[in-house]
Formats: sequence, C-alpha cells, structure tokens
Amino acid sequence: MNIISARNLALWYGDNKALKEVSISIPEKSITAFIGPSGCGKSTFLKTLNRMNDLVLSVRIEGTVEYAGKNIFDPSVDVNELRREVGMVFQKPNPFPMSIYDNIAYGPRTHGITNKARLDEIVEKSLRDAAIWEEVKDRLKKNALGLSGGQQQRLCIARALAVEPKVLLMDEPTSALDPISTSRIEELAEELKEKYTIVMVTHNMQQAVRISDYTAFFLLGELVEFGETEKLFSQPMDKRTEDYITGRFG
Amino acid sequence: MANKATAFLIGWRIEMKKTKIIENIIHGIFLILGLITVASVLLITIYLVIAGIPAIREIGFFKFLFGKNWASTAAEPVFGILPFILTSVYGTAGAIVLGVPIGFFTAVYLSKIATGKMRETMEAAVSLLAGIPSVVYGLVGMLVLVPGIRKIFHVPDGASLLAAIIILAIMILPSIIKVSITALDAVPKEYEEASLALGATPIETYFRVSVPAAKSGIAAAVVLGVGRAIGEAMAVMMVSGNVPNMPSLFQSVRFLTTAVASEMAYSSGLQQQALFSIALVLFFFIMLINVTLNFFMKKEGKEA
Ligand SMILES: Nc1ncnc2c1ncn2[C@@H]1O[C@H](COP(=O)(O)OP(=O)(O)OP(=O)(O)O)[C@@H](O)[C@H]1O
Ligand SMILES: [Mg+2]
Repeated sequence: MNIISARNLALWYGDNKALKEVSISIPEKSITAFIGPSGCGKSTFLKTLNRMNDLVLSVRIEGTVEYAGKNIFDPSVDVNELRREVGMVFQKPNPFPMSIYDNIAYGPRTHGITNKARLDEIVEKSLRDAAIWEEVKDRLKKNALGLSGGQQQRLCIARALAVEPKVLLMDEPTSALDPISTSRIEELAEELKEKYTIVMVTHNMQQAVRISDYTAFFLLGELVEFGETEKLFSQPMDKRTEDYITGRFG
Repeated sequence: MANKATAFLIGWRIEMKKTKIIENIIHGIFLILGLITVASVLLITIYLVIAGIPAIREIGFFKFLFGKNWASTAAEPVFGILPFILTSVYGTAGAIVLGVPIGFFTAVYLSKIATGKMRETMEAAVSLLAGIPSVVYGLVGMLVLVPGIRKIFHVPDGASLLAAIIILAIMILPSIIKVSITALDAVPKEYEEASLALGATPIETYFRVSVPAAKSGIAAAVVLGVGRAIGEAMAVMMVSGNVPNMPSLFQSVRFLTTAVASEMAYSSGLQQQALFSIALVLFFFIMLINVTLNFFMKKEGKEA
C-alpha cells in the first residue's frame, strides 16, 4: 500500500525550478531514504509533502501529491490537519525553549487535549516510543534546552509522535549528531516503521543502506531512480545513480 | 651585516614604542569621553540628593511624601506631594493599560504577519511617532483631546488625568512596539517551524511559541514604556490642567514632573527646595525602573 504518491510534481522558487516533474509512490510502514548531492532538491521535496513550503513566499507548485487518497493541494484540505498527520523532524534539533513535558504536550494541547491525566499518558508514551523516557523521566519539568544534541533530537521525534502522525518526515535527522546518538536514532527509526511511515533525507549512504527499505536518488531536481534499497545499491539501473553511489561525483 | 640587523631591530622597536604610545593616548581619550557620561550621572545624583534632602528634613518625611495638600504659595505654605505621586503612578499605569495591548499586538502583527510594503510603511509610521516632539503631542492633545473629552463625557473641563493618560499611551507606543519587534524578530525561525509542523496554526504559533520565547524582551519594552511615561512633562502639563488635586479620571491633575516644571521659574526658599525634593522622588522612581529594565535585559541576553 502506498501512502503518499506524487505525480509530475514541479516546484519553482521564483524562476529557479527546484523540482522537475517528480513522480513517486511511497509505501506505508517502511523507511524511504532520499539521497543525492547537495542542492538537488531533497529537502524541498520533503517539505512539499507536508506543505511546509507554503511558508516560502516565492514558491510555485504544479502537479499533485496524493496523501490518503486526496490531493494535498486541494483547497478543501486543512493544511494544519495534514501537518498533524504528516509530521516532521528537522536537521537541527529544535526543541521549544520550555520544559520537556511542555514540549511533548504542545501538539496535543494545540489539538484540544486539556485533560491532565490524558496529557501525562501521551507524554510518557511518546517519550517511550522515542526511546528517551528513561533518560528524562525524572526531569520532565526541566528546560529541554538542557539536553544533549542527541537527546534533543529524540525529544523532537517524541514531540512529533505525540500528535499521532501517520508519516514522519526527517530531514537529515542525524547530521548534527555524534555516532552514538546517530545509531540510537537509526535503531529508533527501525522500531518506528512498525507503526509509522518514515521518509528520511540523508547524505550518508551507509545510513540509507543500513536502515531504509526504499531509496530515491535525486539529481538537479530530478528523481533519477527509485526502488528497493538493496537493488538500487547493488544493481542501479541508471548510470548517474551508479556514479553517485560509487562516489564518482557528488 | 649584524650591525645593520641590530640597527633595524632597534629602529623597529622604537617604531613599535611610538605606536604603543599613540595607542595608549587614544585609549585615554576614549576613556575620558566615556567618563563624561558617568560623571554626569554621578554629578546629577549627588546634586539631587544634596539639594533634595533639606526640604524633606524641614517639612518632615511623612508629611512631605504623604501629605495630601500642596499649597506652596499660601501664607501658610503646605508641601504634601501625595497628589503628584499618585497622579504620576495612576497616569503611568493608565498609559500602560491602554498602550501595552495596542503596542504588543501591533508588534506581533508587524513582526510576524505583515510583509513587504505593509510592514515597511507601518514601521516608518512608528518611527515617525517616536520622533514627534512632546510639545506637539501636547498641542494636539489640547486642541483635539481636551475638547473631545469635555464633549463626550459632559465634564466642565476636559483637561484631566484621562487626557494625560491617552496622550501618554500614544507616546509610549513607539518604544513598546520597537523593542517588542526586536525581541519577536529574534525568535529563531526553527521554533515556529516546529510548531507549524505539528499542525498548529500560524496565530497559535505566534502566541504559544514566539511570544513566550520573546517574553523578556517584551517585558523590557513595557518597562521602557513606564520610564518614558513617568518622565514625560511637557505634553502632560498641556493636557492635564496642572492643578494639584488628588487624582481622579476627570479632574485636572498635576504630575511629579509638571510640579517641578511649573513652579521652578518663580520659586524661592523652601518652595524651591521642595521642588528639588520632588525631583529626587522622581529620580528614585526612574532608578527603580532602570534596575527592573536591566534585570529583564540581562535575562533576555541569557536566553538568547
Ligand atoms: N527557501 C528557498 N528559497 C529559494 N530557493 C531555495 C529555497 N530553499 C532551497 N532553494 C533552492 O532549491 C534548490 C534545492 O534546495 P534543497 O534545500 O531542496 O536541496 P537539498 O537537496 O536538500 O540540499 P542539501 O543536501 O544541501 O540539504 C537549491 O538550488 C536551493 O538553492
Ligand atoms: Mg536539505
């Protein structure tokens, strides 16, 4: 089952065409990795999937992205509801400057949950799912900015999980982290794909091989190749993919 | 060869010494220039204390501060400045109650919602508002506000505490707006993105993430507004009627600042000394505000 399908998606920043007719179907409950050289449009495409690109004034989009059977650019779509279901984790950990508890409770509160017991429950569950509960359970009232970078990133994952998304978009979630924190996030991603669909941008090809089920290779705004990770890395169909994964450019 | 090198080295050292001396002289000049400010503050403080204490001694601390009557030119002069203190406090509080919400929402609008030309135009208007001399505020207040209040509220005289509050509220808007905008602009985009990505609406994001993250700066803006309001003399003198009544919204009143300004020219003896004492009281309020402001600024610095 595919959860997200883009059809001929083109995107311009002003006059600069950053995405060229991208078509891709992302299977649910799996990890899909986006790879490609810097500036090829990975982040742009990722941000299109939950319409975070709307924030950039100069953006123009053509084509469609279907999520749960509906075009997300349709005027009837509630963009806030879309973003609740298609969550996002950013490259640089960005916890709010408030307590750990309030960070996690922020989303649920936004969506109308005020019951203290219910919030407590969500906070604990989200932190457990993000494999950080044991480290922070005694300091939930402390400011989240006091956590280490790796902990902050897992906190951000927990915060995203707290609104019960279906899809989690991650833009180089480990690029700012040390190797130990990185492997923790990778393990976490593999656990999370039982329940969530994960789409992850990464510059690290080993990482893509280690954890992803599917890989998409972008080049200059074009989706060059998309398929099962194992296949894409062992027998790439496109010459450009082969050049990239063997390190001949990029 | 060796001699040449030595000569060169010595020459070089002398050059270095020269540069060093020049450096030191320049440092000294800067230091002296900086000290002018410090000396001014010190001088004013010392002078105010010396000039302000005698009248308070003679009149009596409590009688002076809490006396409800001010009749400086009567045959039996009475020097009670409670009306001035309360007028200044109420006037400032009123201006804050009125001006802060307007200034705050304007700042949120300009920093987060308005874009391009709209923001540019409105910010220019705010800057202009800041640049208008207070006598002009007073003039417009006299010509528009005072008669307006008289007509709308059917009071005999529109020159009142209310008129002063409204004028002060407008006068403090620029500082509140500008300092708040600076604080709100400094909130990292990442916080707002995180909130939006969780499905919060932009408005929810501004009020639940951006504003809390900028709260020290916004508090500093409010304190700055308090300082501006309590220190203002000219405009309030022109619209408040300048009568030493105990404050009430539709009565003519006199502020701490205007009390000093309106009598200084013709005062003498104890009356003049009492005016210095009023200035000292005002100075004390300003100091208090400055300490508070510093507190918030430091906090802001730490959070950023
Ligand atoms: N907000 C923006 N406004 C204008 N142009 C942008 C904006 N964001 C990205 N671009 C341009 O779009 C192209 C794709 O950028 P994008 O950030 O998607 O690349 P990327 O593949 O994520 O690169 P990286 O690996 O360095 O993160 C680049 O040419 C970039 O300059
Ligand atoms: Mg990127």
